[in-house]
Amino acid sequence: MAERTLTFVQAINEALHQAMERDPTVVVIGEDVAGGGGRAAQGIEDAWGGIMGATRGLIGRFGAARVIDTPISEAGFIGMAVGAAATGLRPVAELMFMDFLGVCLDPLLNQAAKLRYMFGGKARVPLVVRTLIGAGLRSAAQHSQSLHAFTTAIPGLKTVVPSNPHDAKGLLLAAIADDDPVVFCEPKTLYFTTGEVPAEPYTVPLGTAAVVRPGGAVTIWAVGRMVAVALAAAETLAAEGVEAEVVDVRSLSPLDEATLLASLARTGHLVVVDEAPPRCGLAADLAALAVDRGFDLLRGPVKRVTAPHAPVPFSPVLEDAYVPSPAQVVAAAHAALET
Amino acid sequence: MSLPRARLLDGYRTMRTIRAFEQTLNELSLAGRVPGFLHLCAGEEAVAAGVCAHLGPADAVASTHRGHGHAIAKGVDLDAMMAELFGRRDGICHGKGGSMHVADTEKGMLGANGIVGGGIPLAVGAALSAKVLRTGGVAVAFFGDGAANQGLFHESLNLAAVLALPVVFVLENNGYGEATPVEYHARVRDLAVRAAGYGMPGAVVDGMDFFAVHAAAGEAILRARRGEGPTLLECKTYRYFGHYVGDPLTYRPKDEAERMRAERDPLDLFERRVVAEGWLATGDLRRVDDEVAAAVAAAVRHAEASPPPDPADLMRDVYVDYPRPPES
Repeated sequence: MAERTLTFVQAINEALHQAMERDPTVVVIGEDVAGGGGRAAQGIEDAWGGIMGATRGLIGRFGAARVIDTPISEAGFIGMAVGAAATGLRPVAELMFMDFLGVCLDPLLNQAAKLRYMFGGKARVPLVVRTLIGAGLRSAAQHSQSLHAFTTAIPGLKTVVPSNPHDAKGLLLAAIADDDPVVFCEPKTLYFTTGEVPAEPYTVPLGTAAVVRPGGAVTIWAVGRMVAVALAAAETLAAEGVEAEVVDVRSLSPLDEATLLASLARTGHLVVVDEAPPRCGLAADLAALAVDRGFDLLRGPVKRVTAPHAPVPFSPVLEDAYVPSPAQVVAAAHAALET
Repeated sequence: MSLPRARLLDGYRTMRTIRAFEQTLNELSLAGRVPGFLHLCAGEEAVAAGVCAHLGPADAVASTHRGHGHAIAKGVDLDAMMAELFGRRDGICHGKGGSMHVADTEKGMLGANGIVGGGIPLAVGAALSAKVLRTGGVAVAFFGDGAANQGLFHESLNLAAVLALPVVFVLENNGYGEATPVEYHARVRDLAVRAAGYGMPGAVVDGMDFFAVHAAAGEAILRARRGEGPTLLECKTYRYFGHYVGDPLTYRPKDEAERMRAERDPLDLFERRVVAEGWLATGDLRRVDDEVAAAVAAAVRHAEASPPPDPADLMRDVYVDYPRPPES
């Protein structure tokens, strides 16, 4: 069969279609996910299909009972999705931007993450919250944050960040089938990147990292949009004769420590790349993993490349300076290799 | 209008059980025999009993930090509940939840809740499940006057109205959000008027009168079951104990609780009514009192005999399924 190429957002859309087709308990909830769904009588339906079109076509196929437009009311509808997940549905809620966690944290932090534990195992919360992360669209400080480490730090939640269309589809189907609450972070600048995506349903299991470029000299752990940055850096390093191994972390909780440490065992040198600020973030967490569990494997210092400890700026010049670049990763690799 | 004798006895038994359970816990807590903080609902029995009389196992309730009464009225096992409050292995949540998280999803009890207002959207979600899965079920959100000032209350009411969900919002106005009187924390005399802002019916109910609650809740729940959408019921009630056991109650007039107990007690009001109408005899009620006292005493014995949790259970049920990292 010929290769088939989809964009990242098309892969998300296909996963939603296939999940809803297979399981009548899957419902999609969010702002404008049906986009004019309430105006079918006027011939207006599916006008948007979500702010970025990820849910387009679902209302026509599955109807308004399962594709539910909500008011701009994140605490209300995320909370409703948690309650629905605990009582028999598999909701996929769309939190337009992860920055909006600020107005709807309680349902995730204190309800979804804890119901099963507090109830002694008597509840399941098979909820997926899809949400956009990352800088790059000139949207400034309240629409550009990468808060994936925030939900990773909460026991009871799972958090994944796909870096390409193939994983976006496979991880989303795995997240929807999962019986625990999963925060599914979609790097917004990857939305219109393309890649090979099989047509049939498949899963990428939660808790698996992927070696996306083999190499023996230095390991680069990266997540989301930073995987492409790491791969670009690896090209530069290869031209210098340094073969970098790039590992896409992709599942932050659960974390595939075995694959990450196996790469470190091969190279002995490590750079960790994350788009979020440095303090108490994913890069700090993974650096701690390397030092704590991989100390005997290390033959040099662990180097981190992150955004600075600052909000995301608006001006293109400033925003571009904010996001980690391949050049920074190359420099960090050089530093990691100095022993 | 009378109810069938069995329904009357059920309603009274629920209220008496809640009262005995809470009074017993007050004594146990003051004696240091149960760990943690307890928020008791004695005085508010008519609300839980009057509402839950209309609910079956397919119907869901979401409760509050003051949730023992809702759990009892929803049929949660008394022994397992008491063991939970003692933090024991046989507790309904195996000692993981305690007083503020008593839950039994098999009984449709979606939990007491430590977050003021936190349970309200969970009930809305249960109503969504009932609607999408066509179970015929309804959901009830219990919450206090304090929660009526939380954003989650307002968002949940609007969302439920917009989506025409089968949910009833039962606001237990006991006059105080923690130590702050409702006259201070809201500028409307009746919080039920807030229903109008969301396009749903709202009603003020005498929350000390089982029959008034029973009638109003019956109508609201029937509306929900018919697919006619949500209702807000404000039940004016009163808590005899403080916000928590040990609360010195310095914020309340000294005679307020005594006056309420003497004049407005929900069990007394019930008894006077059923005896005056000739629906039940005092002997019927005393028999229930004796049975309930024995059941609560047995629950305490059960709880104290239950072993503590195994420390190995600490990591159980954080997730349904979670790959463990390899041991270092």
